[in-house]
Amino acid sequence: MNKPIDLENVAKDQELIKKFLHETTLFLGPDPEIIRDHKIMPRTEYEEKCVNEYTDLNQIASIRDRLQAACEEGFEMVEQMGAAPGAKWGDIITGIYSASGDLTIGSAGGVLIFSVLVHHPIKFIIKNWIDEKTVGVKEGDGFIHNDSRYGNVHNTDQSMILPVFHEGKLVCWVASTVHEGENGAIEPGGMPSMAETPFDEGLKMSPFKVVENYEIKRDLLTFLQNSVREPKLQYEDMKVKLFACMRLEKRIKEVLEIEGPDALTACLRYTNDSVMDEVRRRISEWPDMTVRTHVIMDSTLRENALLKVNLAVTKKGDRLIFDFSGSSPEITNRAINTQLPGLKGMVAQSFMNHVWPDLPRGQAGFSPIEVITPNSSIVDCSYAAPNSQSLMSIFTGFTVAQHATAKFLYSIPEKYTRVLAPWYNMINTFIWGGVNQHGETLGNLCADLNGMGGGARMDRDGEHALAPIFATMADIGEQEMNEEEVPFLQLVSKKMTINTQAPGKFRGGMGYTMIVATKDSDQWGFMTSCVGSKAPPIQGLFGGYACGSFPLSKVTDVDVYDVLLNEPEKFKHSIPEIMNEQPFEGADYSTHHMGLGFDLSKRGELFMISRGSGGGYGDPLERDPHLVIQDIEESLITPDWAKKLYHVIFNEETLKIDKEATKAERDTMRTQRKAQGLPYDEFVKKYVKPHPPENIPFYGSWNGDNDVVYAGSLDDKRDAKNPGPIYMTHPKDVRISELEAELTAVRDEAGISPKDTRK
Amino acid sequence: MKVLMTEYLRIDLDSEKWECRVCDHEIGSARGNYKEGLLVYNRDPADIHPSIIDPDKYRFTFCPDKEWVNIYEFYCPSCGTQMEVEYTFPGHEPLFDMQVDVDALKEQWSHREELTEPTTGPNVLVDRGHHHH
Ligand SMILES: [Zn+2]
Repeated sequence: MNKPIDLENVAKDQELIKKFLHETTLFLGPDPEIIRDHKIMPRTEYEEKCVNEYTDLNQIASIRDRLQAACEEGFEMVEQMGAAPGAKWGDIITGIYSASGDLTIGSAGGVLIFSVLVHHPIKFIIKNWIDEKTVGVKEGDGFIHNDSRYGNVHNTDQSMILPVFHEGKLVCWVASTVHEGENGAIEPGGMPSMAETPFDEGLKMSPFKVVENYEIKRDLLTFLQNSVREPKLQYEDMKVKLFACMRLEKRIKEVLEIEGPDALTACLRYTNDSVMDEVRRRISEWPDMTVRTHVIMDSTLRENALLKVNLAVTKKGDRLIFDFSGSSPEITNRAINTQLPGLKGMVAQSFMNHVWPDLPRGQAGFSPIEVITPNSSIVDCSYAAPNSQSLMSIFTGFTVAQHATAKFLYSIPEKYTRVLAPWYNMINTFIWGGVNQHGETLGNLCADLNGMGGGARMDRDGEHALAPIFATMADIGEQEMNEEEVPFLQLVSKKMTINTQAPGKFRGGMGYTMIVATKDSDQWGFMTSCVGSKAPPIQGLFGGYACGSFPLSKVTDVDVYDVLLNEPEKFKHSIPEIMNEQPFEGADYSTHHMGLGFDLSKRGELFMISRGSGGGYGDPLERDPHLVIQDIEESLITPDWAKKLYHVIFNEETLKIDKEATKAERDTMRTQRKAQGLPYDEFVKKYVKPHPPENIPFYGSWNGDNDVVYAGSLDDKRDAKNPGPIYMTHPKDVRISELEAELTAVRDEAGISPKDTRK
Repeated sequence: MKVLMTEYLRIDLDSEKWECRVCDHEIGSARGNYKEGLLVYNRDPADIHPSIIDPDKYRFTFCPDKEWVNIYEFYCPSCGTQMEVEYTFPGHEPLFDMQVDVDALKEQWSHREELTEPTTGPNVLVDRGHHHH
């Protein structure tokens, strides 16, 4: 007979094996145990003791208010002193983390997505560096991090992380994060579309100690400065983040002085637990159902292709599950993939922005929500895949989350926000870089990215160019101030792009035109990084439409500064006038998708884009005719399109509405719909295909079969669980092949053989 | 009791049917896909999104490319209200977008008062004299 198993010895052995493996690990790579988990850590014994001891909610609230004020103070410091454009317009956050590393209190403004990201590097530090004799975690230490594989959106975002001690004991952490921009990638500005491997994406900092005794280590700093295009900015912002963290530490120490560490710990734990309880309660109020949606990504930023971002959200009891199965597999040599934390961060952001903005900005608000993603997909890529343009997949990920939640929220009696159509989700702005008029090397982007058009709401239109989906309270900056630093002008800016609204009973908030031209530098260029030039990347809601598509237009072989000087009447202030009238003789006018790789510009050449419109809400035939007229008066829509979309009858000269005629016209339209619409089955028979389009590369599942994903052609179907690598051909090679084929055909026809036929 | 599910759809918990909120038309079983009871139209994107630059001169015009996206419009067969619009991949099946657990919905609303208009949530007021909690 076998001896009974000695459980104590087994445990001891396992402990030894774990210790051995830990000590002999040759590479502390990204840790899935940390990276794949967004939940608040379980209560520690100490936290348990503190929570039981400190039950006075007034005391807890008073501590929390002081900590919240400290976070706002830190935020303000970074915003005022930060050198990166991102800091100036609020692409930052400061926060206080529990001893276990969970963000408990974050600044109310700024980029809220960071609030569900920075716990990953902190947990990495806790797990690996505290007991590591060559590193250690002491009072006055500071750690830096930016590598998305260790928990981040992308590696333009740098965090400074400080432990806070009380009488030698670690009580919590503080951190400050800024979208810095430059990071030494193959293109300036920190978000290279051209990256084909993670090694093209510039500086990748796993969490490491860069501050000792509250001072930045000069040797490491010099190395980091040499790794980026903006060495001064790198130093300035490391200092600013450090000082913001030190201020937070000071405020926490003031609390510790009065209340003691147990009360502080009780406050942090109670806050997280009560937010999680409240989230579960709120979820329980939602109807039990599954909502399905998807959006189209029409580009990899290098070439146009159809990529699916797919979502099914299931609510059951107090569980809420976001399932992204069926989304496109990862593209092995394109930068649009995301690491899982970035996607989760954007889903969390959709709740903090538009569902429960009243809850504290922290990790607890998202902790109870579950996320399912297919491995090696654009929404959860492998560590080997580039992800510097993860914004493409996480912004569309945000949109499907926003679109699906709206369908849950409508029926709920207790709401915390208006139900709204999807926000515009792409950063239609110019990323720029080169040598400026002062001889300095720069790489960053126009803060206009923060002016995304708002989605229409259940009782009113969307706001124009209001806020980005990743920060409700970010600014678009002062262009005139920027122009002191950069050698280009925005010749047209903040002018709404006419006839680009997403129609509905309430229309989406619109975007504005940006026309830029380089002036004072021979070494300056632009890039743009958005999908949505062929198909909109959003949806409308409840009968409202999405926006249209937004391309890039260019005018080359012209110096508009000469035109403005000599023939100013020729310059026009809108994209349609310039492109349709072609007022500059000899110039070349062209259109492109919005994945413009870094493009050196000559003085006076025009780069022209429009920011996008948020989605529309409700049936356009129900739009109040007065709102239609108001949009005409505000040059948002032309009278012909106002009639075509909204079927309002009015006098074109006086804009007086004919109410009777409008009603009759709209009734006619409803009748017309009934005549043109097909019963569902007939429609499916006529239009639905068993496979994706044949002539366009398609990536993702088809017709709801999420076990199989297409990988670019009809005969390339893969197992969604293990799709394997997918390499796309360089667009220039594609073009060369096309031209070679043409050349061969021409030669054959003309009977000319190539000069050199040797292989 | 009836539950307002969207701007134009409600579920009658007693008959277990989807209904049109505009004309009271009975659309279909609340346990099924309401879209199956609606009329569907494949809308040309050019009808909704103007080419603000000349499509004869340029490849990209601000109008979505109909080879790359389809717009499905769903109408109430009785009153012609446009209840839903879906932007989708050309030839893709319409999504079963709201698959409701009707039994759970009944349970949930057995503890609630019926609403004839949806609640909207707190208002954001420009007037700074007001303070909201
Ligand atoms: Zn109806």
